[in-house]
Order: sequence, then structure tokens, then C-alpha cells
Amino acid sequence: MIQWLKDLLQSPLTEGQGGAAQDTSPPVRVRARQGETLAKQLALVIDLNVCVGCQACVTSCKQWNTSGSAGPLSDLNAYGANPSGTFFNRVQTYEAGEFPGTETIHFPKSCLHCEDPPCVPVCPTGASYKRAEDGIVLVDYDKCIGCKYCAWACPYGARELDEERQVMTKCTLCVDRVYDPLLPEADRQPACVQACPTNARLFGDIKDPESVVSKAIRERGGYQLMPEWETQAANHYLPRRITAASTPPAAKE
Amino acid sequence: MHPAFSILFFTTLAGAAQGLLVALALAQISGVSMDSRFVLQAITLGLVLLLAGLASSFLHLGHKMRAWRAVLMWRTSWMSREVIVLPAYIGLTALWWLALYTGADDALTQALAWAIVFGAIVLWYCTAMIYACLRFIQEWAHWSTVANFLLIGLASGSVLACALAASSGQAALLSTLAPWATVATLLAAIVRWFSLRRNSSLRPASTLQSATGIQAKRLVQKSMGMSAGAFNTREFFHGASQLALRNVRWAFVLGLFVLPLGLALCALSSTSTWPWAWAALIQAPALIAERWVFFAQAKHPQNLYYQVVG
Repeated sequence: MIQWLKDLLQSPLTEGQGGAAQDTSPPVRVRARQGETLAKQLALVIDLNVCVGCQACVTSCKQWNTSGSAGPLSDLNAYGANPSGTFFNRVQTYEAGEFPGTETIHFPKSCLHCEDPPCVPVCPTGASYKRAEDGIVLVDYDKCIGCKYCAWACPYGARELDEERQVMTKCTLCVDRVYDPLLPEADRQPACVQACPTNARLFGDIKDPESVVSKAIRERGGYQLMPEWETQAANHYLPRRITAASTPPAAKE
Repeated sequence: MHPAFSILFFTTLAGAAQGLLVALALAQISGVSMDSRFVLQAITLGLVLLLAGLASSFLHLGHKMRAWRAVLMWRTSWMSREVIVLPAYIGLTALWWLALYTGADDALTQALAWAIVFGAIVLWYCTAMIYACLRFIQEWAHWSTVANFLLIGLASGSVLACALAASSGQAALLSTLAPWATVATLLAAIVRWFSLRRNSSLRPASTLQSATGIQAKRLVQKSMGMSAGAFNTREFFHGASQLALRNVRWAFVLGLFVLPLGLALCALSSTSTWPWAWAALIQAPALIAERWVFFAQAKHPQNLYYQVVG
């Protein structure tokens, strides 16, 4: 049968219902339903105490994903006066407080893999989806029509259109890495996590109360970004703790 | 938000076409005597505008050959619903044209005229809900978005219908449509004025503090993490000055509502037909300006993360 007709017949609408007649095993459901509570949710937890803003996670993310299944992440006019690039991860810098007691805070930012992602239901083609098995939010590049509506529907600006391929791209949580049996067990982590020299990025299942990420969120007050929009972001941030050693002398007086 | 001209043209062309068709359908339903040749020509113009809008929306897509896939997610996506309703509405309009052309019996043409009115409302609703359903774009997430799309479409379409009726000497039709067009324009002006006032008094629910979770009174961005441009620095910023935004706002209030209303009163109080043609001509660029402001005024919370290059 012609491929597009096949896709139409096996669209997400019929998924999970069709095909069960010949197959006795329950059909594997790839897509999570809207508002479904998943048993597993992979996520990053970012420790703002130790991020030094070195951008190693930015470059390692770009390197892995431009050469992996999500790539190439094209750069336009890369060596010209006005370059423009596609990235899944950025490290920003903020300054908090009044001089002289100011803090410089480096703030890594990527897709938060929301438990209730507003970008997924708005997608007209079903190219954007949340995986039922581990909660990773992904884009099927072969189905994306490049309408950019999902990017409008993300309050965090986590999605970036690849201008050359004209499809929406976003952090995949290195889905092509974390399950790869050919990699040594210790390497089955997102590229950004592996690259971080200060261990500011933790990776794991936030639904497993004993995972490293759940413990960090529980014990160190992990929080979500823009909680006012109730996206239930899976990625969490660990707030800065002011210790005696980190207080500047002027503020102690 | 960055106003994309493909969307500006699509929403204004389709909106005016729907308004024109609704005006003609209501005239037919209420039994106004119309020259059948004129009606067929006016419906053809509506069809052309709708098709031009559809073509314009295609230009917005990165992958045009995959556009058919956009019908799949109608259960959750307003864009998907619109992609289904728009071609259906074009088909319905073509059917209405065919019924009038072949001189089908009254019951059928009346039923089709009712379907044209109802279909236009559904299409306006789908188009507006694409924007109104994005809860964190506070300028859009409000009933006035739906009301504006509907009323501005009605107003522009009925003014166009009056201009067509006036220029081809359809006196009976014009005397019915003229008060209708005036009231629609007045209502559209009132609701749009209300939404402009609401927008200027909105307080953003997201702050740099909630966006980063850093609870300091004074918090400023020192670097957005890159010195070059990116999708995020283009798609969500209109790039015009505040002065330009204010000027375009005044220009559309003048061109879309004030001048056409003045011309409508001029036409109602005299027998001259030229004011309607002028009103339609002035409204055309003002419609684009209105949609431009609709996008430019919408503040996306992601912009909090992209303030300072460094």
C-alpha cells in the first residue's frame, strides 16, 4: 500500500485499537494520552549551586544530537556576520540581589519534558508526542509540517525550528543514548549530563522515589519553572543554598 | 509574537470572505430580491478570497507536501479542526453556488444558506481558538479573541457586500445590507476597543522570578547564552519600536472602524453609492494592520529568557 495511506489508516486515532485481531498480545502504545499519569518519567535535575556556566553541556548536546538520530541541527551562515543555530540546550546567566551582595547564577535551560505538555495536544499532525513508556516528549521529524504552533504553545521557548530542514526540533533527553545496549552502562546518560564537569546535572526517573533525582528534589527543595501554568515540568532545579563560605564579606558586616 | 504575513493574509481574507457570504446568505434567507447574476458573482468572489486564504496558509508551512497530515489530530488540536472545517466550508460555498446556478428548489438553497451562516461561525470559532486556547499568551486567552475574529470578519465582509451591491446597482439588497454593515462595524469597534484596553492593563503572570525560580527582588539577565540569533529570538519578537506599534494601532482603529463608520453614515443619509466602495478600500489595509497588532501585542512568556545578549 502507498505509505501515506498506511499512515492515515494507522494514525494515532486508531492506534491501540487496530491490529489486535490477529495479535493476541496487548498492542504496545507509544504515545501517552493527554493528562495520563505515567509510571515512569525521565527527567533532569539541575543544581544551580554548582553550575559554573562553562557551556560544556551546550557543546556536547550539539555534538551528540547533530550527529545522531535527531540531527543534523543546522547552523545558518555559521561563519558569517549573523550566524543562527539550532540548539537543544542553552546556559544563561542571571544576576540576583543588590550590589555588593550580588550573586551570579548560571542557568541551564532545555526542554522540561512536562508531565502535562501544552505543546503536544496542539500539534495538528501528531508529530509531537509524549512517550508512554518514559515520558520523554519527542517530535517525529517525518510527520512535522513545520507550522511552529507547538513552539507558540510552549511557555519556556524550549522548541527550536531547524530553519534548514523546516521541522521543529527539541531536546530528546538523548533517547538514542540512554537505551543503547552497545554503550557501556555508565555512558547511557544524556550527553549534557556526561559532559558536566561539576555534576550539576542529574538524570533519572522522578517517579521512582529512590532514584537520585527524586532524592535530590525531596531533600534539597527541587522546584519547577513557571509553576503558574501548571505544566508539571518534569525537569527540576535545585535552589542555591547560602552558606557561610558563599556569603561575600561585605554582606557579613 | 512575530506577525507572519502568511497568517495575516489568511485570517483577514478568510474572515472577510465568510462575512461576505454570511451577508448574502442572510439576505437570501430574509427574502430580499437580488439579481441572481450578481449573487453568483459575489459568491464567486467569496470563494476566490477563501481559496487565496487557504493558499496563503500553505505558505506558512515548512513542509507543504505533508499538509494533509494536519487533519489527523482533530480531537485535541484547534489547528487540525480548522484544517478540516476550512476546505469543508469552501466545498459548501461551491455547493451553494451550484444550487443557485442550476436553479435548485427553494428548500435546498435556503438550507444551504443556513449552512453557510452556521459554517462561518464554526470556522471563525476554530480560527480564533487556535490563539485563544494558548493559556499563557494572556492577550489571546480571552473570549474577546473569538468575538474579534467573528465581528471583524462580519464587519469587513458586510462592508464589502455593500460595496459590491452599490457598484452594481442592487438597491433592494443595499438598503437591507447597509444598516447591517453599519451595526456590525460598530459592534466590532466596541469589542476591539475593549480588547485593546484590556491588553494595555494586563499584568504578566510570569516574571523572571517565576521563570527561573530565583527568588530575589532584583534579578536581571546578563546573558541569554548565545551571541548569535536563534529561532527563539526571531519568532517571538515583532522587532518594531513601541512608537511604530502605537502608530499602527491608531491607523487600524481609524481605517477599520472610524472612517468606514463615517462613510457608512454618509451613505445612509444620502443616495450616493461611492462611500461604500471607499469604505471597503480603506478597510483592506486596515484589516492587515489590525491582525499585525493582534500578533505584535501578544507577549510570549518565553521572551523572559531572551532579553540580553550579554
